[in-house]
Amino acid sequence: MSGLNFRRLGAVARKEFIHVLRDPRALGIAIVLPMVMLMIFGYALTMDLDRVPLAVWDQSRTPQSRELVSRFEGSRYFSVVARPGSYGEVEGDLARGRTMMAVVLPVEFGRRVASGRKVQVQILTDGSDANTTTLAISYAEAIVRNYSQELLVEKTRRITGRPPALPLDLRFRAWFNTDMESRIFIVPGLIAVIMMLITALLTSLTVAREWETGTMEQLISTPIRGSELILGKLAPYFAVGMVDMLLSVLAGRFLFDVPIRGSLLLLFAVSAIYLVGALSLGILISAKAKSQLLASQFAFVATFLPAFLLSGFMFDIANMPKALQVVTYLIPARYFVAFLRGLYLKGTGLAELWPECLLMVAFGALMLLSAIRSFKKRLA
Amino acid sequence: METVRTQALTRRFGDLVALDQLSLAVEEGEIFGLVGPDGAGKTTTMRLLTGILEPSSGEAWVDGLHAVRDAEAIKDRIGYMAQRFGLYPDLTVQENIDFYADLYEVPKAGRGERLERLLAFSNLTPFRRRLAGNLSGGMKQKLGLACALIHTPRVLFLDEPTNGVDPVSRRDFWRILYQLQQERVTIFVSTAYLDEAERCNRIGLLHQGRLMACDTVDGVKGLLQGALLEVRCESPRRAAVLLRAAKIGNVALFGDRIHVLAEDADRGRSSVEAILRVEGLACHGVDVIEPTLEDIFTSALPSGAA
Repeated sequence: MSGLNFRRLGAVARKEFIHVLRDPRALGIAIVLPMVMLMIFGYALTMDLDRVPLAVWDQSRTPQSRELVSRFEGSRYFSVVARPGSYGEVEGDLARGRTMMAVVLPVEFGRRVASGRKVQVQILTDGSDANTTTLAISYAEAIVRNYSQELLVEKTRRITGRPPALPLDLRFRAWFNTDMESRIFIVPGLIAVIMMLITALLTSLTVAREWETGTMEQLISTPIRGSELILGKLAPYFAVGMVDMLLSVLAGRFLFDVPIRGSLLLLFAVSAIYLVGALSLGILISAKAKSQLLASQFAFVATFLPAFLLSGFMFDIANMPKALQVVTYLIPARYFVAFLRGLYLKGTGLAELWPECLLMVAFGALMLLSAIRSFKKRLA
Repeated sequence: METVRTQALTRRFGDLVALDQLSLAVEEGEIFGLVGPDGAGKTTTMRLLTGILEPSSGEAWVDGLHAVRDAEAIKDRIGYMAQRFGLYPDLTVQENIDFYADLYEVPKAGRGERLERLLAFSNLTPFRRRLAGNLSGGMKQKLGLACALIHTPRVLFLDEPTNGVDPVSRRDFWRILYQLQQERVTIFVSTAYLDEAERCNRIGLLHQGRLMACDTVDGVKGLLQGALLEVRCESPRRAAVLLRAAKIGNVALFGDRIHVLAEDADRGRSSVEAILRVEGLACHGVDVIEPTLEDIFTSALPSGAA
């Protein structure tokens, strides 16, 4: 690191900028790919349950049964798409995936409700997707329980002349994501994952390309130093990465309507640190692989998979096996995901997020130093 | 003063000995040619001397600096042109030269002048805005040379610089090297072309990692003991087989002629004529000729190698 020569650093940076700007295809990919990924994952990965396709078989056809059915119809979580007339039809719809759930009201439903007696409501679901089914069942349960409670209140009022006072009154309110839209939770984490992948991919080619085309042999015969070469190579990709970050934040804000509650300055400052780490990781991979194909494949496996699966973006870290939880501490995306979520959703700043920021600084510094050290001015 | 010196310089790659105990010295201002077929160890020697490859054993000094201990200091004083075109195809001629000028910290003052001179010298002036990737083979090599010369090196290492270059560009290239020699630049060049080796002040013959001879071109030719006979006859291919079987000396086929290295000119001539007569092959003439480097190679190297 001793004696960093800014002229040589500048020369490398200028050359790398030219490489980037004269390869419009690569530049296009660098800008468009993160946007495409944001769109695909942002829209596809929503974990909200909306309009579950529902079949209703009302065998009773009474005002009471129609009342319950209308509550399903009125719910935003369900959409009644079939009115089967037999269990055969119910099963057929579920099997074909036309519906995900079926509500079956028995013939005696209306009569028993009217006379204040207990009656069963049957709900059949397609259990293959356990998560979605569990969610759907809880929504259905709520609707049925609500109706059941209203019937009870009505009955008591008829007998005693006044409505009963329920012993517990639950008032529920979600903070930070008031409407509990998963999009608002997903987009900040997604930005972290995408930035990790795209930046490491960008730089994973740069050093390997010089080895492959033979320019590296010429380069190492000059007085250039590792620090000058690596920092010079980082410069243009850092610029591209920051543009990607800016576009992602803009898309998150205006396309996905995700509010940013924290400081924008802090957001970009920490992103810059994260970028340096991810870009350096790409260079490190590139210097070790010495082949563009190997480097880009390795960069993909080394960044995307852990960032996607182990960062807490997709799966809650607290629910992972202990051994895997330990591994997640080594995944820098984990800290960036936590940081972005905190900053986006809760508006927290350095006061709460300093451990994450500190670890990202450590990651960035470690990667940068390793990348510089990985550059050997020797063949073989 | 010796600008390049090696002492039992050896490099192994696994079991393969790429360079075996190379010891040689190159004087300041000399054009020294390292001559040998592919795989002789020329590129390995170049890489060891430019400090980008470490020797397995032995030592080397360039411009008084040790090739391993002072490898980085050496890099300021040398220009190196690798065998493979090492410039950036998506940068223009001028951008490539500027890049290397900055790496070598060539002062901005006077750089323009030097650049103009180098461009003019290599006939690249009209192409300065052209992308290096769009240059012809000969122009690429001249651009490589210009990049290696931008910082006025004391020693220039050129690894097969004219490989695959047309004859006109080759002549241009050598004209530039002679001009550099006027400026006391030491030039260490490797080549597989024997006609090109004849342009060097001194040459070293390298074969399978070993230095077979090291002298002036005439000196190396003088190493050939005996007289070289050129035989022109009917069915040269068959005749060569017969002469080789008769063991009258080293026999090599050059197109439709046979070169025979005999101990004595007259006795050699009569034995050749006698052998051909017995086999009934018409002999059109047997002349004593001046050896070329190719003869040196075919006689000095184990048969079948050259």
